[in-house]
Amino acid sequence: MPSRIVVDPITRIEGHLRIEAEVKNGKIVDAYSSGTMVRGFEIILKGRDPRDAWAFTERACGVCTTVHALASVRAVEDALDITIPPNAELVRNLMFCAQYMQDHVVHFYHLHALDWVDVVSALKADPKKTCEIAQSISSWPKSSPKYFADVQKRLAAFVQSGQLGIFANGYWGHPAFKLPAEVNLLGTAHYLEALEWQKEIVKIHTIFGGKNPHPNYLVGGAPCAVNIDDSNALNAERLAYVGRLLEEAKEFVEKVYIPDLLAVASFYKDWGAVGSGLPNYLAYGDLPVHGYRDVAQYKFPRGAILNRDLSTVHEVNGKDTEEIQEYIAHSWYEYSTGDDSGKHPWDGETQLRYTGPKPPYEHLNVDQKYSWLKTPRWKGHPMEVGPLARMLVAYASGREEVQEAVNSALSHLNVPVTALFSTLGRTAARGLETQLIATWALEFYHQLLANIKNGDSRMFDNSKWEPSTWPREAKGVGLSEAPRGALAHWIVINDGKIENYQLVVPSTWNASPRDTQGQRSAYEAALIGTPVSDPDQPLELLRTIHSFDPCIACAVHLYDEKGKYIHQINTF
Amino acid sequence: MIEKPLTIWEHAQLRGYSRRDFLRLCSWLAAAAGIEASGVGRVVRAMETKPRLPVIWFHFQECTCCSESFIRSSHPMVADVILDKISLDYTETLQAAAGHQAEAALHATMEKSKGEYLMLVEGSVPLEEDGVYCCIGGRTALDILKEAAAGAKAIVAWGSCASNGCIQAAQPNPTGATPVHKILSGIPIINVPGCPPIGEVMAGTIVHLLAFDRIPQLDGLGRPKAFYSRRIHDTCYRRPNYDAGLFVESFDDENAKRGYCLYKMGCRGPVTYNACGVMRWNNGVSFPIQAGHNCIGCTEKDFWDNGPFYRHLASFPGFGIESTADTIGLTVGAVTAAGMAAHAISTNIRKRKLIKESMKQSEAPGAEDKGGA
Repeated sequence: MPSRIVVDPITRIEGHLRIEAEVKNGKIVDAYSSGTMVRGFEIILKGRDPRDAWAFTERACGVCTTVHALASVRAVEDALDITIPPNAELVRNLMFCAQYMQDHVVHFYHLHALDWVDVVSALKADPKKTCEIAQSISSWPKSSPKYFADVQKRLAAFVQSGQLGIFANGYWGHPAFKLPAEVNLLGTAHYLEALEWQKEIVKIHTIFGGKNPHPNYLVGGAPCAVNIDDSNALNAERLAYVGRLLEEAKEFVEKVYIPDLLAVASFYKDWGAVGSGLPNYLAYGDLPVHGYRDVAQYKFPRGAILNRDLSTVHEVNGKDTEEIQEYIAHSWYEYSTGDDSGKHPWDGETQLRYTGPKPPYEHLNVDQKYSWLKTPRWKGHPMEVGPLARMLVAYASGREEVQEAVNSALSHLNVPVTALFSTLGRTAARGLETQLIATWALEFYHQLLANIKNGDSRMFDNSKWEPSTWPREAKGVGLSEAPRGALAHWIVINDGKIENYQLVVPSTWNASPRDTQGQRSAYEAALIGTPVSDPDQPLELLRTIHSFDPCIACAVHLYDEKGKYIHQINTF
Repeated sequence: MIEKPLTIWEHAQLRGYSRRDFLRLCSWLAAAAGIEASGVGRVVRAMETKPRLPVIWFHFQECTCCSESFIRSSHPMVADVILDKISLDYTETLQAAAGHQAEAALHATMEKSKGEYLMLVEGSVPLEEDGVYCCIGGRTALDILKEAAAGAKAIVAWGSCASNGCIQAAQPNPTGATPVHKILSGIPIINVPGCPPIGEVMAGTIVHLLAFDRIPQLDGLGRPKAFYSRRIHDTCYRRPNYDAGLFVESFDDENAKRGYCLYKMGCRGPVTYNACGVMRWNNGVSFPIQAGHNCIGCTEKDFWDNGPFYRHLASFPGFGIESTADTIGLTVGAVTAAGMAAHAISTNIRKRKLIKESMKQSEAPGAEDKGGA
C-alpha cells in the first residue's frame, strides 16, 4: 500500500505549488502537481492597449523578471508587423543574458546547492586542502588557505549561535551527501560570494530599463535612447559600465560557477540515472542575431525532440493551431466547447471555475480537477521545457558550440550521453548554457558598440506606434526562452485593443496536471522513481524538484498517508 | 536554539563583522531610514541594545518581485544580518502556510512571540468564491492572514499588491484581490507600495521598526513619509526640461537623445509619490525616467487602470493654475530668450506654491501620524 505524501507549498514564481506523491518501497510511484493560486491576467488584459501588455505580463513573475515583457512586445510586434532596429535587438539580448546569468547562478548556489553541499560538514574541512582543490580547478583569486579559514571561522560562529538562518535546512549529515568536507567548504564560500554578486549583474537591467526587478520594455524597440555625447542618454559611461558588468559576470561564471558545478557533479554521477521523466523536449529558441523573424540564426535553436531521438529535430510552429493546445480536463476552468477539448491559445478561454474541495482541505481530488494550471501539449505530446530541452535541441540541431560544451562536460565527468536525461542532466545543462551565454553576451555588447561607432544609434521604430496605423484585426505570437523554459504569449488585437491574450509559461508545461488522456506532465513524470529513503529527510525528492529550478522561496512540507506532518524543508 | 535573543550588534560580531563595519551599517541604515546625520547615534544605540524582532513574511497573490528587490539592497550587511533574520522567520511563515497539520507548530511560534512579531505581507488576498483563488497548504490566504495578524505587533504591506491590490485588482478584478488594510483593522499597517518597492526603501522601513521600535511617520495613505512624501516629478533630474517646455515627442527622437521631459509620452511622475528620483534603483544606478521610459506610476492606487500608459495626463492635481504642458510647450517654443527667463521665474514661483499645496494634500484628513506600535 503506497503512502501519500503531500508537498505544499512549493512557493514558486507563478504562485503556489503543491505536490501529492505516493511512495512505495522507498520510491515515488505516482505524483500529482497542483498550482493553487490564480490571478486572472488573461481576463484583466482584455480591452487594454496592446502596447501596455508587456508591463502587465511582466508582473507574472518577479524572479525571472523581464522574460514576460520580452515575449509580450514580440507578440505585439508580430501582430502589427513591426521590425525593431538592430540595436534594440541587441539591448534585449543583453538584458536576456543578464537575466539568465543572475537567475542560473542564484539557482545553483542559493536554491539547489544545499541539496548537494553539506554546509555543516565544511566545519571539519582543512582550509589548506580546500585551497589546493580550489586552485586545481580554477584561477579565481579568492582561494588562499587564509580566505577559506576565515569563512570557516565565520561559519563556526554562525553555527554555534544556534541561529542557522538561511542554512536552517536540517539535513546536515544525511548519508546522501557525498562531498568531502573540503569541497563543502568551497561551496559554502562561493554561496556567500554569489549572494553579493547577484546584485551587480542586474544593474544591466537598470541601465537599459531603469530598474530591477521589472525593468521597462517598449513595443517597437528599447526605450533607452543613445547619445554618446550627452549625459542624459545611453552614453559612453553607461556602455562602459555594461561592459564591465559583463566581463565580471563572465569571469564569475567561468571561474566559480562552472568549476564548482563540475566538481560537485563528479561526486553525484549516480544522479545521472534518476529523475529522467518525459522523453520529449521542446524549445522555442531565442537570442536572435539577425532579427526575430530569422529563426535559423538564433543562438538557441527552435525545435522539438520526441522519444529522446536526437537524430530528428521536429519543426515547431506557434501559429499552427493544431500544434500547441491547452487542455483543462484536470484544471479549474471551463471551456465553451467542452472540458475535454483542446484550444490553441489564439482561441484560448480563461473562465475560472473552482470545483476543488472547500478549504481547509487535506487532499485534492486528483481524479477530478486539481490545479489552476492548464495543461499544454505539443501535437498531443507532453513536453519538458527548460535548460535541458534547450541544450538537447541545440545539440541535435548540430550546433557545434553546444555540442562541444556538452561533450566536454560528459567526458570530464566520464558519464554516458544517457546521463543527460536526468536530475543531474538538468542541473548540468543549466550551467553549460550559462557559460555559452556569458560569451555570447560579450558578442552582443561589442556588436552594439560597433553599430554605434558606425553611426547607427537607432533604438526604436515609430512607424507603427500610433494605433491609427494598425490593421483593424491582427494576431501575433511572441516566442521566447525564459530561464525555466519555453515561454510564449499569444495576442489577438481588434480595433486597437486586446481581444484575447494567452500566456503559456514554462511552469505550465512542466508543472501542469494530467491531460485528457491521463498523460503526466514533466514534474509528475520526473518524480516517479525518485527515491525517498528516509521520509523524515527526503533530500532526494528535493533534488529532482529543484533540478527544474523552483523559486527563491521554496519550502516543502511532507505528510504521511494519514496527513500527519512529517517534515518541513526549507531552502533560502 | 539559544535562550536569549541576540542583539543586532552581537549577531554582527558572531558573523565576523568589525565595529567599523557595524558603524558603517548603522550610518547607512540611518540614511536609508531618512534620519539625519545627528540621529545616527540613536540608531547605533538601538542596534547595540535591541533584541532582534521576530518577523514573519507571507506570500499570497504576488510575483515575488518584492522579495527579489529586498535582496538587492545595496548594503552588504543587510542581506547578512537583517535578511538573514527575516529569512529565518520566513521559514516559519511558510510553515504557517502549510495546512492545518502544521498549525500546531505555527501556533507555538506565534504564542511564544504573541504581540511581538512583525508581519510582512507580500501579495493581495482574493476574497471572491470564499478565497479559493489562493490556497496554501489547503487553507485560504484570508484564513492565514487573519489568524497571524491577531498576534502581530504591526504589519508591513510590501509592494502594490499588499498595499493597494496591484495588477490582480485591476479591472475587472476577477478574483476579488484585496489589499491588507481593507481586510484588517485595529493593528498598525505600513504600506510600502511600488511594483516592486525600491530595495533600500524596504530595508529602510524595516530598519526604522527594528531600531526605534515604533512606526515611522506615515502619510494619509499609510506610507512612510521618508520615502513617499515627494512626487517623482518634483525630484526628477529632467524637471528643468519640463519647466522650460522641452519634451520628448516620440521615443528615440532627437529630444529623447537629449534627455528631455517624458511628460508627453505618458509619464506619471506628476501624480506619483516615490523615492525613485532621489535614491534611484539598484544602488543608485538609474531609474526608469533616466533610462528613457516614462514612469508608469507603480506606487499609486489603481495605476493599472489609470492608463493607457503612453497617453499623457491631460492635467494633474495641483496644476490647475497652469496650462497643460502641451500649451506650455507651444508657447515657450515661440517666445524669445527674455520670455524664457520670465517663464522660468514664474515657474519657480508656481513651483513653490505647488509644493506647498501638494504638502497640504498629503497632510489632508487622516494624514496624521499613525502612532507607535
